[in-house]
Amino acid sequence: MSDRRDFFGKALGAFAGLGALGALYAAKRTWDPLPSVKAAGFTTIDLSQAKENVLYTEMWRGKPIFVIKVPKDAVPSDAPNGRKENAYDDKRLITVGGDKFFIAIGLCTHLGCIPAYYSDQHKFICACHGGQFNAAGEVLKAPPPSPLVIPPFKVEGKKVVLGESSPEYEKMKKAGLVA
Amino acid sequence: MAHFDPNARPFSHQWLNERLAIDTLKRVLSTEYWIPKNINFLWAMGMVLAATFGVLLISGIFLLMYYIPDTKLAFDSVNHTIMGEVGYGWLWRHMHGVAASVVFLIIYIHMFTGIYYGSYKRGRELIWLSGMLLFVTFSAEAFSGYMLPWGQMSYWAGMVITNLFSLGSLDFQGLVEWIRGDYVPGQAFLGRFFMLHVVLLPLVIMALIVLHFGTLRIPHVNNQDGEEIDFEAEAAKWKAGKRKESKVIPFNPVFMSKDVFVLGIYFIFYFYLVFYHFEFAMDPVNFDPADPLKTPPHIYPEWYFLWSYEILRPFPKDPGLIAFGFAQVIFFFLPFLDRSPNVAPANRRGIFKYWFWILLVDMIVLTVMGKVPPIGIYTTIGTVAAWVFILLWVALPFITKMEKPIRGQK
Repeated sequence: MSDRRDFFGKALGAFAGLGALGALYAAKRTWDPLPSVKAAGFTTIDLSQAKENVLYTEMWRGKPIFVIKVPKDAVPSDAPNGRKENAYDDKRLITVGGDKFFIAIGLCTHLGCIPAYYSDQHKFICACHGGQFNAAGEVLKAPPPSPLVIPPFKVEGKKVVLGESSPEYEKMKKAGLVA
Repeated sequence: MAHFDPNARPFSHQWLNERLAIDTLKRVLSTEYWIPKNINFLWAMGMVLAATFGVLLISGIFLLMYYIPDTKLAFDSVNHTIMGEVGYGWLWRHMHGVAASVVFLIIYIHMFTGIYYGSYKRGRELIWLSGMLLFVTFSAEAFSGYMLPWGQMSYWAGMVITNLFSLGSLDFQGLVEWIRGDYVPGQAFLGRFFMLHVVLLPLVIMALIVLHFGTLRIPHVNNQDGEEIDFEAEAAKWKAGKRKESKVIPFNPVFMSKDVFVLGIYFIFYFYLVFYHFEFAMDPVNFDPADPLKTPPHIYPEWYFLWSYEILRPFPKDPGLIAFGFAQVIFFFLPFLDRSPNVAPANRRGIFKYWFWILLVDMIVLTVMGKVPPIGIYTTIGTVAAWVFILLWVALPFITKMEKPIRGQK
């Protein structure tokens, strides 16, 4: 008798376990981003009218995108750690139509606040936890652990498409420059 | 076999007793649930918390009737419809907001009372653990509720807190997007946090409150001297009419009458806040609608999360996250990190006395530093206070191990 009861117990347990796994998977999928959210992922920015050293904020996938036409003299004055690299020479800048542009997701890599751009000092300062970046998005002062992230991009003449990869982007990614 | 008297009048005492054993229930849960006499007003905080949860539940039900969990409509449904149009809508909102803030003040008093009197040891470990689970669930409930008005602080607190789940350099961006249901907080995010706030988490809280009461029933509450009371013997004295000699009183009506007195004082304080100082629970920044393209100059949580936020802030990203995680879970381990057999007030426990007061002051310092901008001397004080917090917990097993047993305790 007890063998039969054991068997039924195990069978019930196995079926209930399968059901629970299925339900868990369904629950996980319910929380996934919707296909419509994922599909709306491409933004084209026209850079032909951009002025030097002015911060333009665009939107891509709900995130702010920083665009600056970087001037030749983009050295951050009084960088707190003494770093004075000229942002213009930074390999993270993207050349569009002969000009050098800084294009990155405008969210601090610490906890996702939006840093403010101080054009006279050529640097970003995050008000939340005091992080600082130069005009190429390189970190000047912690806590941000890494530079501002460059999104997948494709240059088309004087325009840039965000969300679509290109050989230039892949090259930067391989060199570890995008984030 | 159950006996049912066919002549019992429906719903009479006898009729109910035969079907529900109401006399037994009343005896076990109230008239013969014994409370030591040697306690003070701090022992009323549990009931104060239960009552405050009741206030949150009832005011929440009224808010739920007009709140709309839609990113385009949520802000106005709260700040225009509920606050301006619904009759007494402002009352429910202010009661809900103030109670959500005050409940944490009482939780902290309740926790520190337990730590001071050693009410987490010698059979009371599960009381502490179930209480900590309640603290965590209340924190999640408070956070999810804070998202609902969809103001600037809702949005940006949501952004910052969900980003924590990328777990620093592990960079689990997929997990963050899964939690949000989007690349940034949006409709999917608001919808699921609304569900958590009004259904799932309240259910979990109610179940945990039952568990918390259950864990209390057998070990009974502690007393001001940590004395190990023979509850059966003392209860027998009370029942034999020797009420003065007995060290215990019944929960109901004797203890409850004093509890209700403390509740009365508490509600005077609470309604004073609701009617005259509700603004402390209403951050002005959150009266701007959520704007994904504009971070407020300072992002800070409500006051009750400031101490753990400040432990996150002074460190670089990964160590900060580890310190933050440490602060979130370390209180769970208190019954096992305290190696002393003494159940006694902290002031009779040697070095532990200093440990207790330093911890309390340190958490107040962390709370204050969490509120001010992270610049200059504040960063230094915050960093020191965060280290003190961590070192206190590392030191706890050693200082309690060295503690001498107090006379009469094994």
